[in-house]
Amino acid sequence: MTDAAIEVKHLDHFFGEGEARKQVLFDVSLDVQRGSLTVLMGPSGSGKTTLLTLMGCLREVHAGNVRLLDQELFDADEGARIDLRRRLGFIFQAHNLHDSLTARQNVMMGLQVYGRGDPKHHAVAADHLLDLLGLGQRLEYLPGNLSGGQKQRVAIARALVSNPDIIFADEPTAALDKVSGLAAVQLFKDLGRSRGTTTVMVTHDPRILDLADRVVTLEEGRIAKDRPGSARGNGAAGSA
Amino acid sequence: MTAILSRLFGRLPIGYLQLMHNPGRLLAALAGVAFANVLVFVQLGLSGSMAESVAIPYRLFQPDLLIVSPAESQTLSDAATLPRQRLFQALVHPDVTGGTPIYMGRSTWISGHDASSSIQFFGLAPDAGEFLHDALADPLISLSLADTALVDTLTRFVDMRVFAEAHPEAPVPFEMQNRQLGAIGTVSIGGGFGGDGVFLVSDQTFFQLFPQRSSATPSHLLLALAPGADPGRVAEELAQIYPPDTVRIRTVGAAMEQETRYQMTERPTGLIFAFGVAIGIVVGIVIAYQVLSADVADHIREYATFKAMGFRQGFFVGIILEEAIILAAIGFWPGLVFSALFYQTLAYLTNIPIFMTPERAVAVFIGTILACAVSGVMAMRKLAAAEPADLF
Repeated sequence: MTDAAIEVKHLDHFFGEGEARKQVLFDVSLDVQRGSLTVLMGPSGSGKTTLLTLMGCLREVHAGNVRLLDQELFDADEGARIDLRRRLGFIFQAHNLHDSLTARQNVMMGLQVYGRGDPKHHAVAADHLLDLLGLGQRLEYLPGNLSGGQKQRVAIARALVSNPDIIFADEPTAALDKVSGLAAVQLFKDLGRSRGTTTVMVTHDPRILDLADRVVTLEEGRIAKDRPGSARGNGAAGSA
Repeated sequence: MTAILSRLFGRLPIGYLQLMHNPGRLLAALAGVAFANVLVFVQLGLSGSMAESVAIPYRLFQPDLLIVSPAESQTLSDAATLPRQRLFQALVHPDVTGGTPIYMGRSTWISGHDASSSIQFFGLAPDAGEFLHDALADPLISLSLADTALVDTLTRFVDMRVFAEAHPEAPVPFEMQNRQLGAIGTVSIGGGFGGDGVFLVSDQTFFQLFPQRSSATPSHLLLALAPGADPGRVAEELAQIYPPDTVRIRTVGAAMEQETRYQMTERPTGLIFAFGVAIGIVVGIVIAYQVLSADVADHIREYATFKAMGFRQGFFVGIILEEAIILAAIGFWPGLVFSALFYQTLAYLTNIPIFMTPERAVAVFIGTILACAVSGVMAMRKLAAAEPADLF
């Protein structure tokens, strides 16, 4: 067992077949330490989202190696990738909340992935987290009755309720105001310190950089810059 | 309801919540399922009514064996005549304790201004009560009076209430085949699909009504056997007595079963009803599929999110089957109620024996569940489009 939650070595990735085949990642190597908050930056089409989905077991690794929570993803079958995904938390830019489930029920889904359990315990855990994110008065609200920022906070709660080992987030603060955005990222930081939860986040939000342990910039499918974030020195770091 | 289903499934009832979240779509789906149910019920009802219509005339008789001519012998009413001599030949068998001929003919009863009814006549010897249903044995004796009849209260296109008080001592007169007849009692048989009513007369009255018919050529022969005699064995032994291919000998039950099968599988009406049932099932599957696949398409990003979170295929199968079964279980009831009303209306208007049976209701309910489940399985193909990697 290494201290790295994610180890990426010589990773290439392609889309398409034959003449239409296009390479989007070139020899990417990256280690992400447990408990750290790593920000991926880069212009549109630079490959940061593809890298995020490969590290998050959402795509098959074609060439190179990705080791996630001490398990090799190259040639991993779908069952193994699903098992790993259950240890991860995903926060999407579009919140993707289920429109017919209340805020509480949406968050409970993060626990129901593990199968049968006591719904009351699930509800208590969901309520606690929503309360922590300032939505204690919106537990029974359907997503259609929540603001964009409130929906995003519900999505964050859904990702965190199962105490994931790693959080993958795509612009998680885009829909949040300054205070809420910083509070959410501070929550990720706190989880990193208290539980060793690792966070990998794609963002363009400069406010977040102050809290990041590490900032990785991709350009044209390659790591162009890899520098410590402003928060480096809090104990968590990484290496490329 | 959410709490009950949560406990039942061990998870949030997402299928139920999705359906309830869109009441307009839910109502349209339920109307569609109910409509498909009505289609199936109507066809099954008509089909069952035809089978019941086939059975009713047979139930008038309770002999051990029925002998008919082999020509056109598929139906009771269409069979060709056969020589009465076959009856005397049968009586030679030691296990045959009695026999009687039946004469059948059809006539049109002009009962009013433009009203006419097609009447099936059964002509029997008045002392042949032992071959008839118990309830008909006594009234049959009264038919020994010339030009009397037992008339069918379920005859279509005629106001039969005037015959309600018909009695041997106070016959209600009516005219048929240019003869004055007197109704001395009533029966409730119904014409079914082949006619409008059934009248019972004595054999002698029958020959007056149908002068072209002869007592020497009955329509069928009814035989009674000694107690304990095996009808199958006696039928085989009787067949040896007769010249080859001159008679067809069966129990009444077997004849009824064979005619029912013939009507249901070889006659156009039976096939039309079967085709109608198939159409109803297809319509139901298509409607349920449209609703379920639209629901999957509308939630494709949410399903992709669930996939990303680590939910397995069984979870999604469960949601879609949950929706399918809810649609079936709720949509069935309005279809059942409407169909039962339809049966009652049709029975009232036509006097055909059409009614809801528990067996049919249960069969259609199970069929509805299965059809909706098939739709759900088809709709699951849409889940392939839920690609979690595309969410980022």
